[in-house]
Amino acid sequence: MKRLSLAGVAGEAKLLLIGIPVLIWTMLPIYHLFLFAISPRDAAFSGNVWPEEPTLRNFQIVLNQDHYFLIHFWEQLANSLIVAIATGALTLLVATFAAFAISRLKVEGGRTVMNLALFTYFIPAAFLAVPMYRTMGIYGLLNSKWALILAMVTVASPYAIWVLKQASDKLPYELDEAAVVDGASPLQLFWMVYLPLMKPSLVAVGTYALLLAWNEYLYAFLLLSRDTEITLPVALGNFLAADDSPWELLMTTGLIYALPPAAIYYAFKRYMVSGLTAGAVKS
Amino acid sequence: MNTVAVSEADAEAPPKRRGWSPTRVWGTILLVPYILVFLFFVVYPVCYGFWLARDPQSYVQLFEDPIFVRSIFNTLVFLLIGVNLKMLVALLLSGFFLHDRIWIRWLSLIFILPWAVPSIPTILSVRFMLNPEWGVINQLIFRFTAEDGPNWLNDPTLGLTFSILVHIWKSLPFWTLILLSGRLAISKDLYEAASVDGASSVQQFRFVTWPSMKTLYVTCTVLSMIWTLGDFNSVYLLTGGGPADLTHVLATLGIRYLRLDQVNLSMAAIVTALPLVLPLVYFMMRRLSK
Repeated sequence: MKRLSLAGVAGEAKLLLIGIPVLIWTMLPIYHLFLFAISPRDAAFSGNVWPEEPTLRNFQIVLNQDHYFLIHFWEQLANSLIVAIATGALTLLVATFAAFAISRLKVEGGRTVMNLALFTYFIPAAFLAVPMYRTMGIYGLLNSKWALILAMVTVASPYAIWVLKQASDKLPYELDEAAVVDGASPLQLFWMVYLPLMKPSLVAVGTYALLLAWNEYLYAFLLLSRDTEITLPVALGNFLAADDSPWELLMTTGLIYALPPAAIYYAFKRYMVSGLTAGAVKS
Repeated sequence: MNTVAVSEADAEAPPKRRGWSPTRVWGTILLVPYILVFLFFVVYPVCYGFWLARDPQSYVQLFEDPIFVRSIFNTLVFLLIGVNLKMLVALLLSGFFLHDRIWIRWLSLIFILPWAVPSIPTILSVRFMLNPEWGVINQLIFRFTAEDGPNWLNDPTLGLTFSILVHIWKSLPFWTLILLSGRLAISKDLYEAASVDGASSVQQFRFVTWPSMKTLYVTCTVLSMIWTLGDFNSVYLLTGGGPADLTHVLATLGIRYLRLDQVNLSMAAIVTALPLVLPLVYFMMRRLSK
């Protein structure tokens, strides 16, 4: 315990003067969401900071699909999950192969592919969405989960390749040389030397792609339209079109949908923060 | 998209026909999946998009549309005011999170939440707070003044302001984290030397922190501008581009034309954004592809 001095107290107060507004600013929309989810319909509009009778009834309605807006809730949740997992897996596959070829095998033209990927990373996603939508129509993929999965792999893999390449470049080349002297083929090198060493970066990149796909709204809303094919965020967006939106159910569904990414983020925080911040901007 | 053309010319250089070693064979095979993704979902859509945007008439029509002109203006406000405000606050907050206290460590865990959770529930939550009849803000205004509060999102200026605030709310944690890691990389010795010389905290920032952080800060600002140009959610989910289509930015305008079945206009709107995007991308490519 540090000794309390006048200057110390003043310094602490100054920090609190920043910390408290930061806390309120951060939590306001999230708390509002939570408040709605645990309030009975009428109480939600009262402007109280805590409901007089907090209830889990909204969750019950959503989980039992007891409202005509929510008859496909579980299906849509499953769609979100399928798209996220498929995107994570495919991105990992594509990006790990590419990063290994570029960084370890030093394949000819690898640098060019790297630059093209980097260039794709810088195309604002909303700008690619319009031509992507038309292209998926031409490929006959519209309204299929594959359209969204492939679009998300396209968006996620440039960054994934880049982060993985940065990480691969740091592995010592002596390992490869030793393995090659022992007669390892490039494929054995990949399985037995490369993948085990890259595990932390692979976790970070896989989680990144998974969360990107889970959280995506724009592409999902353009590429999918049937009630049984859409992901949960599109269903939430569709709430807005109605005049009599059940707001408390919208907020509850939103909260349920927001929980997994938050949980995953905290579970993998160690990998996420170091992997992503190191990769995002090379200083 | 000149950069693509130039780099592709590179790739097409005649391969040296000096035997295919297993390394080269496998290297090529492993690159194929990404190259396929790139060809089918980047090259083809981009070329097709340019082809859709080829009619000069589209641009005439576009510049005659007051909504387009307004959305260019909104986009610039977003970039110049929104991004710079966000980066400045992130720079200052990164200094705050540098303090080693248990409660600040807890706060930093909470602070990251907006970035970790998806946009749609939180933006809809803000949208509902601003609802003129049932929103919590106007409920409180009514309770204390017995008068109805304003219809917040019915005013284009307020609508745009709140969209920018939502954008900042969402992306501030990420940039604060990046700038914090930049600050942590600065050698402690520099600060010790500075405080021995009697430098005040403002002087320490000016002569130690800022010079070490300048490059990172500029790079982050440019990258943030590119991403902000592609931010569809902050505007679309909060105001839907309204009222009277006055809060559109280029990212939502393209989708608006698409929904109106004016695909040519939609692509043309995106093409007109290129003079804004390409210099930023060029800057980032120079920075990162060394």
